[in-house]
Amino acid sequence: MKRVLTVFLGVSFLIISCGSVDASTAAASDSSAKYIENKGSDTIVNLALAWAEKYQAEHPDIRISVTGGGSGTGIAALVNGTVDIANASRKIKDEEIAEAKSKGINPVEHIIARDAIAVIVNPKNPVNQLTLQQISDIYSGKTSNWSEVGGEDRPIVKLSRETNSGTHVYFLETVLRLGNKDDKTLFSMDTLLLPSSEGIVSEVRSNPNAVGYDGLGYVPEDLKTLAIAKEAGGMYVLPSIQTVNDKTYAIARDLYMYTDGEPSGVIKEYLDWILSNEAQQIVADLGFVPAK
Amino acid sequence: MEKSLTWREFVITRLIQASGYSAIIFVLLIFFFLIREGLPALVEVKISSLLSVRWYPIEGYFGLLPLITGSLIVTLGATLIAVPLGIGTAVYISEIAPRWMREILKPLVELLGGLPSVVLGFLGILIVSPFLRVLLDLPTGLTAFSGSLLLGAIAVPTVVSVAEDALDSVPRAYREGAWALGATPWQTIWRVTLPAARSGVLTAIMLGIGRAIGETMTVMMVTGNAPVLAIKLGSLFSPVRTMTATIAAEMGEVANGSSHYHVLFFIGMVLFLISLVVNIIASSVVFRAKKRAERILS
Repeated sequence: MKRVLTVFLGVSFLIISCGSVDASTAAASDSSAKYIENKGSDTIVNLALAWAEKYQAEHPDIRISVTGGGSGTGIAALVNGTVDIANASRKIKDEEIAEAKSKGINPVEHIIARDAIAVIVNPKNPVNQLTLQQISDIYSGKTSNWSEVGGEDRPIVKLSRETNSGTHVYFLETVLRLGNKDDKTLFSMDTLLLPSSEGIVSEVRSNPNAVGYDGLGYVPEDLKTLAIAKEAGGMYVLPSIQTVNDKTYAIARDLYMYTDGEPSGVIKEYLDWILSNEAQQIVADLGFVPAK
Repeated sequence: MEKSLTWREFVITRLIQASGYSAIIFVLLIFFFLIREGLPALVEVKISSLLSVRWYPIEGYFGLLPLITGSLIVTLGATLIAVPLGIGTAVYISEIAPRWMREILKPLVELLGGLPSVVLGFLGILIVSPFLRVLLDLPTGLTAFSGSLLLGAIAVPTVVSVAEDALDSVPRAYREGAWALGATPWQTIWRVTLPAARSGVLTAIMLGIGRAIGETMTVMMVTGNAPVLAIKLGSLFSPVRTMTATIAAEMGEVANGSSHYHVLFFIGMVLFLISLVVNIIASSVVFRAKKRAERILS
């Protein structure tokens, strides 16, 4: 919810700031104003908004509109030709590429940042660390009590994002199936599917039985982030910029922007700027991991 | 003069007639649209798959039973809460409350009806579900019961205002007749006023159920959305996923024309049929009740 609100405020702020630019440099910019439509992943939306605001401040003749909705929504919009840049927290699927090709769209991938997925529990929960296998067993329903993984005798309440979230799909493939493509493990049926990150955070905050996952940039300070080991006996690692970049933290992924064909003109300039040090500093400030 | 009057009469009658028919046309169009988008699901997905107990659409599991039972159990809970509370409130406002109390209560109940459901959902997440978790010692407070409580609160104003209108339209002579025969106020309410207003009260209940089963935002926020088959008594106190929440959560993301898309429309058809059945039952009960009342009076 909070994120939706942020997006709304952000977008209206953009509109307002565009309006004031319009008023001051009306004659100059009206003829040369260029629009970039940017839509997709809710994970990326705050980052994309921060970039857009900064970039527009430096380039008053460019207008960037940023909206969320989910990775699939953004890619669908790119395929339908309604946006210039689609944000995605997962790789584009083969079916989506096929559909895009049939409509004459050629999606090109750009890695713009990295993100660690943090596994979070209530601060009252004594469990500090888990292995990937243990998390997989919890979410697939094989482990149903915290005492089986070194905690108190409490039932485990599993929280997940909805199935339309790129984070959900990534978590299923990387954690539940441990990266094994032939593995058909599914989320246990009693996993709660919450429509927003905020829903997960507020349930974990109030419920000592709960376990959830979310992008590191969205985890508030008052929740406990678990250290994760790739295999039993391995080192338990907390997510951070350093552990993501040296690949010791297990659940980290690339974040993407997709364009139709190789970008050119203002879109190319914008994407080049996104990979500059200045823009990547914003990535770090928001709790994500810079792409370079 | 006379000619223009008949002409005007003609136009106005036709306009009113057209608006009367428009309701039928809209319902038919909506139903046609649902069938066109929903029926392909039966071809693309096996019936046995639709009747299975696993809903995980991104991997091709389209079992509808968890969603249907989820909707039904939440609605049943909401009805059990809203009907006694709503009719009790209506009886109090119309029969017992002094005039000044009535003037305060009625607008307040209507105000409750105007509360956006997303606001109730917030209350549910932040207050009701943590409270219920501690009170009932549940693993989580995001359960069918939290949904029922909030949906009950949403349905109560509908039930109250329709039932209160029905009670209000019972002629005063009925009550006076009952008092003259020595009936107590409670006997008058239970044996005379309520039965006389029966068809209106039943309509109120049905509208309340309709309001509850179609509500989306609140249930999506507080029921936990876990697609578990809800057929045990304990299911009321565990997370469920309703049909409306499923459509709302997944429709925005689904590829146009895929099986998942068709199945979501099929769920819409099922919802439509359920509310149709509720309405048919309601009107047949009202119809029978009326006939009996006429028999007694004649």
